[in-house]
Amino acid sequence: MTKPLDRVQAKDGVDQDTVDAVQMVGEKYKYGFETEIATDFAPKGLTEDIVRLISAKNEEPEWMLDWRLAAFARWQKLEEPDWAMVDYPKIDFQDIYYYARPKSMADKPKSLNDVDPKLLATYKKLGIPLKEQEILAGVKGAEAAPAEGRKVAVDAVFDSVSVGTTFQEELARAGVIFCPISEAIRNHPDLVKKYLGSVVPPSDNFYATLNCAVFSDGSFVYIPPGVRCPMELSTYFRINAENTGQFERTLIIADEGAHVSYLEGCTAPKRDTAQLHAAVVELVIMKDAEIKYSTVQNWYPGDEEGKGGIYNFVTKRADCRGDRAKVMWTQVETGSAVTWKYPSCILRGDDSQGEFYSIAITNNMQQADTGTKMVHLGKNTKSRIVSKGISAGVAQNTYRGLVSMHPRAKNSRNYTQCDSLLIGDKCGAHTVPYIEVKNNSSRVEHEATTSKVDDEQLFYCRSRGMDEEAALALIVNGFAKEVLQALPMEFAMEAQALVAISLEGSVG
Amino acid sequence: MSRAQALKAKQTAAVARIDVANLPTGGAWLNGARKAAVSRLQQMGLPARRDEYWGFTRPDLLVAPAAQAAPVLPVEAVPPFDAIERLKIVFVDGVLDLEASDDLSAENLEISSLAEAGRRDIHWAQDLYGALEAAAHDPVARPLGALNTALATEGVLIRVTGKVSRPVSLCYLRREAESDAVLHHLIRLEAGAEMTLLENGPAAARLNKVTEVDLAAGASFHHVRTQGRDHGRQAVALLFARIAEKARFKSFTLTVNGALTRNEAVIDITGDDAVVTIAGAAAGDGSDGVFHQDDTIFLTHDGVNCQSRQVFKKVLRNGATGVFQGKILVRPGAQKTDGYQLAQALMLDDDSQFLAKPELEIHADDVACSHGATVGAIDEEALFYLVSRGVPRRIAKDMLVLAFLADALDEIEDQPIRDDLKSRLQGWVERHAR
Repeated sequence: MTKPLDRVQAKDGVDQDTVDAVQMVGEKYKYGFETEIATDFAPKGLTEDIVRLISAKNEEPEWMLDWRLAAFARWQKLEEPDWAMVDYPKIDFQDIYYYARPKSMADKPKSLNDVDPKLLATYKKLGIPLKEQEILAGVKGAEAAPAEGRKVAVDAVFDSVSVGTTFQEELARAGVIFCPISEAIRNHPDLVKKYLGSVVPPSDNFYATLNCAVFSDGSFVYIPPGVRCPMELSTYFRINAENTGQFERTLIIADEGAHVSYLEGCTAPKRDTAQLHAAVVELVIMKDAEIKYSTVQNWYPGDEEGKGGIYNFVTKRADCRGDRAKVMWTQVETGSAVTWKYPSCILRGDDSQGEFYSIAITNNMQQADTGTKMVHLGKNTKSRIVSKGISAGVAQNTYRGLVSMHPRAKNSRNYTQCDSLLIGDKCGAHTVPYIEVKNNSSRVEHEATTSKVDDEQLFYCRSRGMDEEAALALIVNGFAKEVLQALPMEFAMEAQALVAISLEGSVG
Repeated sequence: MSRAQALKAKQTAAVARIDVANLPTGGAWLNGARKAAVSRLQQMGLPARRDEYWGFTRPDLLVAPAAQAAPVLPVEAVPPFDAIERLKIVFVDGVLDLEASDDLSAENLEISSLAEAGRRDIHWAQDLYGALEAAAHDPVARPLGALNTALATEGVLIRVTGKVSRPVSLCYLRREAESDAVLHHLIRLEAGAEMTLLENGPAAARLNKVTEVDLAAGASFHHVRTQGRDHGRQAVALLFARIAEKARFKSFTLTVNGALTRNEAVIDITGDDAVVTIAGAAAGDGSDGVFHQDDTIFLTHDGVNCQSRQVFKKVLRNGATGVFQGKILVRPGAQKTDGYQLAQALMLDDDSQFLAKPELEIHADDVACSHGATVGAIDEEALFYLVSRGVPRRIAKDMLVLAFLADALDEIEDQPIRDDLKSRLQGWVERHAR
């Protein structure tokens, strides 16, 4: 690990911090510190016993263990996929810890006040307030906004366990369940049984199957019929322990007419060895319901030589089960050494809608193969894809997507726009869209462009006195504007700053 | 099945396929090329349904030991390019018919049949034959190309040394219902040479055709083909081209009918300042029998300041399937590349389908590459406009279909040839209108 980042501060000053960071040479990944905390590990490697142990640690019922064991048996027969345009050394799945828990979490803290101060300090350092009275900072003028509208409930996941969830009581008053999934398995087995694996089945793919066997925690959200979730929900994932894989599982159910906006953030310390993160996110959207799911993925990307970083192999899928259901994925992908991720929408209900907005930024040795799938099954379904890929250094950035119009998805629409921006002549930008149209009343439009940063725009900004990096950040933010605008305000600010940080040092 | 098992199965299939075919023998150079192709094929195996590049088209009919019978349609009263002054070379069921062909000697042209040249021990083509095919398997294997090189006994070897005054026209007739043809052509244009190549006719019940085109600096190659309208025919046509600096390459394909057509083009731009256009129009009506048409293009830019253009249009009805897989690869250092790719399908009813994968892979920053793909039905507003001007609905529909396809046909430079194909397409549209 490199020197600890003593400059890192709580998010209260993040705006200025990020701007400062853009101008600073050297330190780029500000979340790369490690929390020194005693940790319990399960033995290294993956066996049936480890699966049993994870299940036992979470005090799970028998059915859950059986489910995990079935997935594990299946996983052993699967091959790691090799079709993505990414290249990384073969992962030794027996050289990973599958369960790591801060020692202080052995006895479940009863409230946030009982949580190990070191953990709370970690989240404070990351800018995540684990106190209920605090608002998620970093937004200028947020204080002036009505407090009610700016509240964010946070579930904080540290390595393999959730360390705390805020605003649970207030949410419960509205009928909303927001808790770690380990808790939901114990307290809401009927809901979990009904929905877990119903969107991403244990047979889905290599990493999803692995996740089914070994997931340790994650968030569970249930919004009852007709309820508009009174605040934004968010989960913050932190990998801390070394050689540890994080396998979180998120399940969000928006029942009929419900509405929720969910934010997700992720960071990890700087290390020389790569770490695996294989998550599964399932969204179930019933009739007239809506889920807005936003991600700022800022896992440690590895250093300039490609040493270390997170392998981010994630399966995310939304199932619009009812008519007029709506889902919106927004992602800002700046971190991870290797990304393999395709948040998808199954548009089953008539008139359902799926949207996907993505900015993927790769710099140095980073590789990203990301995109979406829009599977139109219902009539009059609509989808929109806006993907902006930005490559710098020697990074490789691929958009891979599917738009499929089934024969009975009459009168459906899709619009796809994928733009790639190249900064420097050693990086790569690739587009691999699949289009399958099986009826003629639907309309599919796909456009893609690849270009470099316009010299004239750069010159214009420079002639107005901006330095080259600030000018580049401005141009790139403009390029990615459509996606940034789709983010909730709290994230939009951070994302804009992240865009600048990620590209630092890529000019000249 | 694991990936290793899948590859093994494909390799076993390749060995079995070669076993049932009688491997031909010829002169030393040709035997060498065939042997090398056999070992390539054994390495990569035959295409299988789970292969990435066969996801939209089933290779079964193309790899089967024998052709599926296809009824022979009588030749058109006026075959394509009939009015065009040309040098005609005739193949019947995949066998060169010198009697029916014109005299092969012409200014700036050196034409020999593969059968005849292959018997010799030395030939100008010996270092080129099969070489472009052999170079085209990375990153995507084209096993049917290797199969062709291994098996082909028929084809023409054309060397162009200057400007050729009239087009060379390959006419593929067929008489047998079950003929299975393997044709391998090689065309080499020396520096500054110019030629037009025309191709038409169904050739056989099943055709596996490889055309290798090697353009030296400043050469100009213009290629127009129509693929026979026999409903049951199956064809895979592989075009391997290498384009040197300042060369121009234009290729256009018209496909109407045919149970299965897979047109692959692997084009390597190796020099600077070259210009490449590849275009196609396809019209299929599933009520005439199965129609499955697939254009698979892999275009590599490895030179500076080159332009490439892909324009593909498909009209589909009654359960017809159109496939487009197109890729532009810009290699590191291929700066100032201008790459354009367009794939559009017009679906006239709800039973047809369009499957597409337009890919870009770009490793240079000073480039402008774009692609567009659209699928939809006839524009009701445009139709309403025409009808409101007194055009009968049926005719208005035909006009819109033809206008849609015209974008691809307009890529043909030569006007008489373009007009010839346009009027043929118009005939098809009118016959198939409701």
